[in-house]
Amino acid sequence: MSEPSSHHATFTIERRYPAGIERVFRAWSDPARKARWFSCHDEWQASGYTLDFRVGGREHLTTTPPGGQPHRYDAIYQDIVPQARIIYAYDMHLGDKRISVSLATVEFKPEGKHTVLVFTEQAVFLDGYDDEGARERRAGTEIGLQNLDESLKQGD
Amino acid sequence: MLNYSATPRKAADGALLDQVFQALADPARRGMVERLSRGPATVSELAQPLAMSLPAVMQHLQVLEQSGLVRSEKTGRVRTCHVEKAALRAVGQWVARRRTSWEQKLDHLETFLADEGEDENEDAPPARKRRSKP
Repeated sequence: MSEPSSHHATFTIERRYPAGIERVFRAWSDPARKARWFSCHDEWQASGYTLDFRVGGREHLTTTPPGGQPHRYDAIYQDIVPQARIIYAYDMHLGDKRISVSLATVEFKPEGKHTVLVFTEQAVFLDGYDDEGARERRAGTEIGLQNLDESLKQGD
Repeated sequence: MLNYSATPRKAADGALLDQVFQALADPARRGMVERLSRGPATVSELAQPLAMSLPAVMQHLQVLEQSGLVRSEKTGRVRTCHVEKAALRAVGQWVARRRTSWEQKLDHLETFLADEGEDENEDAPPARKRRSKP
């Protein structure tokens, strides 16, 4: 664990949202709107969210799992094509320790009245990082999926 | 193996992951793991598709065994290898955690868009509707 190490991984998540591309893009570009979904953790305490949405601008968020160390997210925006693409680099700190550095690409594609969002992360995980919040995060995801089910049932 | 509910294993788990990732960093070793994931094989069977000497294959095998990804037994003069499925799963878990975190955020985005959509459809949106949590 004390040995410096770096492990690379890439993953992609694709989602289809029943909303127009302008509205989906605005949810990423407008600080007040983004704070409402991005800094929202069901069980983790979120604090200090800031977003300066322009190339070279920064974003920050600290989240803390119950009884755990704070996870600090810091991003810098590299590329913005309105309603089409966002690329930003970000790192994560667990306490004082940097645990990962990533490049994230968010692509927006119109599909009728809906929007397909493709999120790709190219990550370097550092120094045998082991996440003490893994279980809490999984529990949080379960709740997130239930919220999603509920909102779909209500037929928006 | 990786059991995140058992805290005393954490340091060992981190070190093991290092070895697993290192083992999988090499294309020849990934090929060997891929072959073994379809079933056990002897060392010469592993060597066959790789343009590689037997000693070189043995060296790769050693790295794979140290990582816990692969186990082998010698019966007479034949060494048979098989993949250790639990170790293979551990690699995926590590990346899966980051992915899961994003899945959660993108779920929240969906809920947010649905809420916002409702507000736009209503003439007077002063009382924000909050989705009740389960």
